[in-house]
Amino acid sequence: MILSWMAWTWPTTAFFIFIVLAIATMGVWEHFSPGGGPRRGVLGLDTTRGDRLFISIIGSAFIHLGWLGFMGTPLWGALAISIIFLISVFRWV
Amino acid sequence: MIDKTTNQKAWFLVLPVVVLVAFNALIPLMTVVNYSVQETFGNNVFFFEGVKWFEQILHSERFHASLLRQLSFTGIILLIEVPLGVAIALAMPKKGPWVSVCLVLMALPLLIPWNVVGAMWNIFALPEIGLLGKMINGLGFDYNFTQQPLAAWFTTILMDVWHWTSLVVLLAYAGLSSIPDAYYQAARIDGASAWSVFRYIQLPKMKRVLTIAILLRFMDSFMIYTEPFVLTGGGPGNTTTFLSIDLVKIALGQFDLGPAAAMSLIYFLIILLLSWIFYTLMMRNEEK
Repeated sequence: MILSWMAWTWPTTAFFIFIVLAIATMGVWEHFSPGGGPRRGVLGLDTTRGDRLFISIIGSAFIHLGWLGFMGTPLWGALAISIIFLISVFRWV
Repeated sequence: MIDKTTNQKAWFLVLPVVVLVAFNALIPLMTVVNYSVQETFGNNVFFFEGVKWFEQILHSERFHASLLRQLSFTGIILLIEVPLGVAIALAMPKKGPWVSVCLVLMALPLLIPWNVVGAMWNIFALPEIGLLGKMINGLGFDYNFTQQPLAAWFTTILMDVWHWTSLVVLLAYAGLSSIPDAYYQAARIDGASAWSVFRYIQLPKMKRVLTIAILLRFMDSFMIYTEPFVLTGGGPGNTTTFLSIDLVKIALGQFDLGPAAAMSLIYFLIILLLSWIFYTLMMRNEEK
């Protein structure tokens, strides 16, 4: 197969599909409610929806790394914390 | 009132850049993500390993040591280059024929290819034949950067300061040149001291360019590879093995693609986080 050198696996494919879906969802959201919903959140930062998505994703990456470093596998706990983190960021940051 | 026509064809003009970025950044990055969860013995055969490599890297003493070395190196060169660059920029002439001479002299180190800088300093600092090495030994110090960790660090930092302080100087000088004479006249009328002029006029006016200088120097020094690789090869021992040198050793030296991919993703996340923090702070200062 032409993409065999990229060594695709199902988990990584799912990961990238999730990222693409997240960006596409942002596009649809922006279409129905333009302007990006800018506001000043609890951290004193001016953020738009895109910024909040970025903070959520990079934060989740570090939450997973931290969990892996201190608690090890499985990562369900990290996933749960990340979802709570994502909701909090979209709600308050 | 002008009627704006919507023409979505303009998106096609962005297409070449999208293709370029896809091929030189996105696809390689996706491949690295794929490699990071697998083991390979070559021949394009891969075995799924899950997050094993990430766990291994996070617990690896070797990674902790390189990260610590990297952070120390970046911290030290920022602490030296930024104040030194500002001091040189303040000392440079503001007008007259010497301005161009100074600017050209300052720009010279930036024009030299990185591996040439490494090779130059390697020869320059050799204890037996190098001008610098011979001189330091002649002064009575025992100096050999190929064998002493401290001497290797000293030489690497000196080389980076020589190579990159100019960038801070040029940016700071640009910031200084943008200050109108009226500010200085007002300061003279008020009888302001040299320190007050620096603190309340020059420094605030340089803030924006200095933030850019710090951001550039932070990212570049955090990714430094060529110069220390040519100068010391990461040695003696592992004492100047910074993150990128360690990464190349794992990926190409040992051909451990899985752990190297996991390490580069962690490395990438650290740079992304720190750059985002710098960028956010910069934007907040801008508002104030």
